[in-house]
Amino acid sequence: MAPRFEGVDFYDVASLLSEEERAVRDTVRSWVDEKLLPVIGQHYLEGRFPLHLVPEMAQLGFFGANLPEEYGCAGLNNVAYGLIMQELERGDSGVRSFASVQGALVMYPIHAFGSEEQRSYWLPKMASGEVIGCFGLTEPDYGSNPGGMITTARDTGSGWVLNGAKMWITNGSTAKIAIVWAKTGALDDPGSIRGFIVPTDAPGFSAKDQKGKLSLRASDTSELVLEDVKVGNDALLPKSRGLKSPLSCLTQARYGIAWGAVGAAMACYDEALRYAKQRVMFTKPIAAYQLQQQRLAEMLTEITKAQLLALQLGRLKDRGKATPPQVSLAKRNNVNMACDIAREARRLLGANGILVEYTAMRHLANLESVYTYEGTHDMHTLILGEEITGFSAFE
Amino acid sequence: MKIAVCIKRVPDTETRIRIAGDGVSIDETGVKFILNPYDEFAVEEALQRREKAGAGEVVAIALGPDAAQETIRSALAMGADRGVLLKADRIPADALAVAKALAAELKDGGYDLILFGKMAVDDYNHAAGPMVAEILGLPCVTAISRLELDGAKGVAEREIEGGVEVVEFPLPAVLTVEKGLNTPRYPALKGIMAAKKKPVETRPAALGAARLTVTGLSLPPERKAGRIVGEGPDAVSELVRLLRTEAKVL
Repeated sequence: MAPRFEGVDFYDVASLLSEEERAVRDTVRSWVDEKLLPVIGQHYLEGRFPLHLVPEMAQLGFFGANLPEEYGCAGLNNVAYGLIMQELERGDSGVRSFASVQGALVMYPIHAFGSEEQRSYWLPKMASGEVIGCFGLTEPDYGSNPGGMITTARDTGSGWVLNGAKMWITNGSTAKIAIVWAKTGALDDPGSIRGFIVPTDAPGFSAKDQKGKLSLRASDTSELVLEDVKVGNDALLPKSRGLKSPLSCLTQARYGIAWGAVGAAMACYDEALRYAKQRVMFTKPIAAYQLQQQRLAEMLTEITKAQLLALQLGRLKDRGKATPPQVSLAKRNNVNMACDIAREARRLLGANGILVEYTAMRHLANLESVYTYEGTHDMHTLILGEEITGFSAFE
Repeated sequence: MKIAVCIKRVPDTETRIRIAGDGVSIDETGVKFILNPYDEFAVEEALQRREKAGAGEVVAIALGPDAAQETIRSALAMGADRGVLLKADRIPADALAVAKALAAELKDGGYDLILFGKMAVDDYNHAAGPMVAEILGLPCVTAISRLELDGAKGVAEREIEGGVEVVEFPLPAVLTVEKGLNTPRYPALKGIMAAKKKPVETRPAALGAARLTVTGLSLPPERKAGRIVGEGPDAVSELVRLLRTEAKVL
């Protein structure tokens, strides 16, 4: 078994954390070492999410941890929440994705846009893991352009009828509820987009696992089809209004991803460093060769920059000052950095690096999805481009 | 059921230790400190006993510098009700000095059970628990691997060389616990937040006079490089000869 993870902390970033923040990090860190890492390789190979871990994740408070205690959540600040994501993704991006979706994409919109009845009914059930949720925004032909969606919700007076299809939906086939985003007005009116809490056992709702994934294999990804799905008026998230509502959920999730990517990168660096010190080639450990030292030096440099970036973003978020473009910058930089580090770590590991016993290639494959979802790297470039210049280059 | 758990702040077992300039202590720069792993079993046992009894109080007591507050918070995050910090600039090397301070705190506490880890991983002393029992005139069972409580009586098992010893004792008692007695829980995130609001009293440690002083501290010698004596079946006889004559392990 791999030695206990001690973190990567060249700049004593831990000293910038509060005692509680460190304690939160340590709980998740130990849990990942003891419960997740021993099983993740096999689940990855078999293409199964480790569902048996959900009750303990819930009991420890990993879901919606930055939401208030009155709804059964841990009531943590955003930095502590970020550290949870960092440590979970040190284990596996798929498992972090599960927690991101549950917390940032389902619990968050219920909290932000739901009625008090919806909040007090669903949030405790989701914090406890009794209810798993998924988030339906992306459609087969509308990925980076969610405003173009063609899923509709028609008001019948006594409720709503939903029609459409959603794709790339994490947790889709395990979820009990789906937050479905649909147009309540004309198809050319993204302002009419609203969110609905749709029970996945409603007639006309189906979820099909997307097969053949070579990335995020320990995570369920599904296609949702809604055919005349009837829901009551109480399914509508009353405060949701327009495309900016789902986008604000994405901002929450992207914030977590900026931290998560640091965790994946730390795992790869830690593994590469250990391997380099003990793997002897010719006459000495490969760590003694300049080429590998350069790899390791680059990795440590980029991780250090990324963790400081994530931390300051978290501090801004805790003060209510983090802007979506700032979140874009962190997601874009940190995921890209993690992709590079995973690839270099895999190469440093030589032939062993392609095996599931090591983590680099699993992280490398996972991170390609992370690079692509929650706003592709390119879309974040454009978000920043618009922020800097004032010119939108999306279309 | 009122239970005291005596806990200690120790360097993380995975920390690489460096000796400080004074030659008798460790350099604490960059060292991560944790709740002594054996004490985690003691805290867990106390919590389970309280939960089983349906009522009671678990008090985590640590002796050490201000930083030991964090160690107490770990126990509170797991579920202990309150903490006591017996403040000392540093933890004396003399276990009796520590035991006297702990005993002074515990004496009038009205505890049914006083739990310790069987030892601290930093000094391997195994001493504070039995010394406290002796000072307080209480029965003491060390390194327990199983515990049954029945009213004012307890039965503990100890794993001894080649067997198991079963010991009966009256309460109140001092017990030191072996790993494997239970599975310590992770401090849940809600527990970590709740720990902030739990009371921790701080008072100066009534340390006994220290009669031991550490005069030297050194790291174990570096292991010498290994030697390959040959390859294949031909090398076996030479290997056996060296194991006999040089390594003297056969």
